Amino acid sequence: MKHIVWKAYWDFEREEQWLNEMAARGLSLSDYSWCRYVFEDTPPGKYLYRIELLRYTPAHPESAAYLRFLEENGVEHVTSYLRWVYLRKPAAEGAFDLYTDADSRLRFYRRVRALWAVLMWIYLTMTAVYAGSSLFYLLQSPADRGQAVTILCYSLVFAAFTLLFYHLQRSPARKIRLLRQEKTIRE
Amino acid sequence: MTQTEKGALTEGVYYILLSLYRPMHGYGIMQNIRELSGGRLQMGAGTLYGALNTLLSRGYIRALGGALDARKKEYEITAPGRAAVAAELARLEELLTNGKRNEGRNG
Repeated sequence: MKHIVWKAYWDFEREEQWLNEMAARGLSLSDYSWCRYVFEDTPPGKYLYRIELLRYTPAHPESAAYLRFLEENGVEHVTSYLRWVYLRKPAAEGAFDLYTDADSRLRFYRRVRALWAVLMWIYLTMTAVYAGSSLFYLLQSPADRGQAVTILCYSLVFAAFTLLFYHLQRSPARKIRLLRQEKTIRE
Repeated sequence: MTQTEKGALTEGVYYILLSLYRPMHGYGIMQNIRELSGGRLQMGAGTLYGALNTLLSRGYIRALGGALDARKKEYEITAPGRAAVAAELARLEELLTNGKRNEGRNG
């Protein structure tokens, strides 16, 4: 039986944790599209889930090769969203971690952080552009403030997104710092 | 050899190379590493994939088999790969010798 859950996650690690909690209860993710999670009934604790961020979309040959390799190693590609892929593995085969050493984990977290960082800079730029425009309109026609206020509102929305993406890159940034520190003492 | 080529191999890579003295595919390599390390090293599929590609590009291993999309592609160590293992063994012996000599000093 299919169960549909509508939920919004920005932090992929919290999302992953939730998917594993659901799987432990016997609801395993079978499909996903924007904010819409589809679960199927399975024995409780049958699957372990991981969310991976690919360098390119799943259609790209490099991604396809990687996903094929994973499949050959018992990792099932359940569904994807942009560059995010949802993977699962039978829990009976043991722990499920994609990246187990400092170098590959660093590469992964840098990829995640880069995604949020790029979006943060884009929205920061938009905030500045709109705030500047708002000021420009205000100076141009001080009497008619309507347009300036409207544009200022847009800039506040962009500012909110800037803060969201800044917040999202903090967790991977912290992990990167810890891993780099670890690398100074361990190979 | 450049300085970087004389440096230490990570233990994961070292065990991958050891595993490939006979042809083996990805899943076999992961199992073998787990056995060799007595369960200590459980290599992730993502890490293994990256390491295999790096080793391929360095020429330390080669991919066997025909068509590009053949299931269960197998890998095998090359001559440069064996040389890298030999160098690593020498390095590890040096570390071990010095470590054992040191053990006696402080009791």
